[in-house]
Amino acid sequence: MTVVYLKIQKDHQRFRTIVKGRIREDLRKFLTRGELIGKEGRHLISIPVRGIDIPTFRYGSNDDAGVGSGQGKAGEPVDTDGAGIGPGGTEPGRHILEVDISLDELADILGEELQLPRIQPKGKHRITAEKERYSGIRQTGPESLRHFKRTFRRALKRQIISGIYDPHRPRILFERRDKQYRSWKTTLKPQSNAVIVYMMDVSGSMGNEQKELVRMEAFWIDTWLRRNYEGLESRYIVHDVRAAEVDKHTFFHLREDGGTKISSAFVCARQLLENQYTTDEWNVYLFHFSDGDNSSESDNRECCRILQEHLLPRVNLFGYCQVASAYGSGNFVHVLDDHLSGLDTVITTRVNTKDDIYDSIKAFFSPGK
Amino acid sequence: MSTLPPELAEEAARIAEYAREEGLDFFETVFELVDFDQMNQVAAYGGFPQRYPHWRFGMEYERLRKQHTYGLSRIYEMVINNDPCYAYLLRENLPVDHKTVIAHVYGHCDFFKNNVWFRHTNRKMMDEMANHATRIRRYVDRYGYEEVEQFIDVALSLNDLIDPHSMFVRRAVPEKPADRDERNIEGEVVRYPAKSYMDRFINPPERLEAQRKRIRADRLKARDIEPAQPLRDVLLYLIEHARLEDWQADILSIVRKEAYYYAPQGQSKIMNEGWATYWHSTLMTRYCLRDDELINYCDHHSGTLAGGTGRLNPYKLGLELFRNIEERWDLGRYGKEYDELEDIETRRNWGKDRRRPERVKGKESPGREKIFEVRKIYNDVTFVDEFLTPEFVDQHDLYHYRYDPATGRMVVVSRDFAKIKRQLLFSLDNQSRPYLYVVDGNYANRGELYLAHKHNGLDLQISYATETLKRLQRIWGRPVHLQARINEEMVLFTCDTQQSRQQAITDELPKPAHGL
Repeated sequence: MTVVYLKIQKDHQRFRTIVKGRIREDLRKFLTRGELIGKEGRHLISIPVRGIDIPTFRYGSNDDAGVGSGQGKAGEPVDTDGAGIGPGGTEPGRHILEVDISLDELADILGEELQLPRIQPKGKHRITAEKERYSGIRQTGPESLRHFKRTFRRALKRQIISGIYDPHRPRILFERRDKQYRSWKTTLKPQSNAVIVYMMDVSGSMGNEQKELVRMEAFWIDTWLRRNYEGLESRYIVHDVRAAEVDKHTFFHLREDGGTKISSAFVCARQLLENQYTTDEWNVYLFHFSDGDNSSESDNRECCRILQEHLLPRVNLFGYCQVASAYGSGNFVHVLDDHLSGLDTVITTRVNTKDDIYDSIKAFFSPGK
Repeated sequence: MSTLPPELAEEAARIAEYAREEGLDFFETVFELVDFDQMNQVAAYGGFPQRYPHWRFGMEYERLRKQHTYGLSRIYEMVINNDPCYAYLLRENLPVDHKTVIAHVYGHCDFFKNNVWFRHTNRKMMDEMANHATRIRRYVDRYGYEEVEQFIDVALSLNDLIDPHSMFVRRAVPEKPADRDERNIEGEVVRYPAKSYMDRFINPPERLEAQRKRIRADRLKARDIEPAQPLRDVLLYLIEHARLEDWQADILSIVRKEAYYYAPQGQSKIMNEGWATYWHSTLMTRYCLRDDELINYCDHHSGTLAGGTGRLNPYKLGLELFRNIEERWDLGRYGKEYDELEDIETRRNWGKDRRRPERVKGKESPGREKIFEVRKIYNDVTFVDEFLTPEFVDQHDLYHYRYDPATGRMVVVSRDFAKIKRQLLFSLDNQSRPYLYVVDGNYANRGELYLAHKHNGLDLQISYATETLKRLQRIWGRPVHLQARINEEMVLFTCDTQQSRQQAITDELPKPAHGL
């Protein structure tokens, strides 16, 4: 006899939506960030596990004691990977194994650590599309939605089982418990007006390695935002001493040479925004990637001026990501930090190796702007 | 998901035969083969194929799935206490793993059926769980998903507030104080012995009358006291007395029923796993193992018993205790004379001259007879209390550890037997959850609920307690209070519809109906 009949996917979906903060605001304060500890090579890696901790009456912090078994004299630390038989107990029949996790797998986990940027409803496209679909069946509902076929089938079944049914005089009468109704689900699709402008320094001091890092980071930002929002626009700007808007493919594959004049990119971005994306209709996200090696001090000042006067007032977030380079002074990040610190629309990060990309993206998005 | 293939079914029948010969006595057991994803789903559902809709099952499923995906752990088997017993086997396992797990499962089934703490569990829980699911789905249809879900969340906060022992107490119908008639009052009136001609002076009639009046008044008051005595089953009290909609009361009773069903499993984890491990080991090594399976079996078995540093494995602890008991009773290491021995060396050598019986079957040896008795009447607390000996602690290198704030690590504090035992018992007692009682259902005559925490060494965590209290308040409707000892001081937490607050308990505050 096979009895197993599972519906856990629905519960799982529900849990995921709660964790993402879309529903059940009341549970938000009970969200926890647990972790599983995995290993990559000799390094421990933490796999985040989100949870919701339902409050119960429980013991306080002076509960941290237990019984273990093994070597060790009084005063010596215990290896804390297991806490003995303490609160919670040990799960039955589970064996601990070591694990290998690659960077690719980590990328999947990324989304769970980040908060979605709070894209504000702006412009004429802000209407969230609402759609009703009759997708389910339930036991209660208005008569007009009665599902005749199912109701009939149930009534028939009941009558056959209870022996009332007479095939010579088939008369099917519905009872209340037979009745099945169509039920609907309302789905909302947020239409957000947001544009992301990626700017990349493609000057000579940016080696292939640096560009690779930038591409990876931009790729993840793009992928991740697109996975979460409908109706995003992305624009791409590359610059050395001059700036130009390019398409996505070019942006990710362009090889250039030359000096660096960061302000050129900002001027280009400004034109783009002023011509096509008015503030009251669009949420704007600017990301700039560079090795921070600007050509002159005066250009640094110019950059700050453009940012402060023209760009920052109209953007939700300006993210600057500086990659380490063998040539450059890497000064630009300091310039920004000095002049624009204290503005919460500006976030600067540094990326030296692939491992930093994760932290950088986290820094950009964790405030939930 | 499917039943066993014929060759495994045959194997299962054979193992069942061996198990019965050894004296195990279990319900009919239905095995299902599942893949790992189904196993995770079933495990997230607490072992049942059907549960009511709730996100927490999804949460557990995600955790298990991640653990599995990253190879951190896997679940080999699940057994459900039900008649018939249901057990799930992981399809990917090797045949020898299946055999081991099947033997292990019979051990669990025997424990479920015979251990006295499981006597009051519902043996048709499979059906009951499905009924719960149907009922809650109906409420969802009628009152809305979010409404029902929120109420379940609230109910789950109070999930632990049951009294597992109450299942065993058979109370006579309580006598209502008001029902006792006038005549019984005379029995309580104090009369000093006196000669009849002196009685009027020694027991003056006005004094007797005053006493009668007082007793009547007391009785009248007692009639209104609710509950009649401190009550641990807070959930029951809420179901009976809180002003709830029918569907809300029903959800509370569903949560309560399920809590009672799972309670004995929490109370006997060490014993249950120890017993099942004892039997899979005995059955496999004595009957079922083929030569070519030996290595795989050993690998699996040692994995089950592996402790890792600083980790106490319930499988290991249970198994070793059962083996220790068997050995002690075989060698006569029990009874008054043995218990009174002070010297650990003499104890160790006691009965060395006796030979332990070999290849025992069933309850043939005194040791076996004893462990069968133990599996019947003990639970984890009484098991450890009775059978954890200094020799055992010494032999297995047990220690007591504690969090060290200076280093931020867990640190070995001592290897003292008494301390280790106390710590172990403490962590097993009520599954490390605090004891709470309803001590007044009409506090200060204002219809307010008053709970009290029975302090036995550890304080309640305040933030959790206030949050939980808020949820309790939503059920009760009127303000609720919690009396707890925090840092050696008695504190009263109060929550009404607007706010929660706390205050020190002083003599000025009205007293609840019962103290603790």
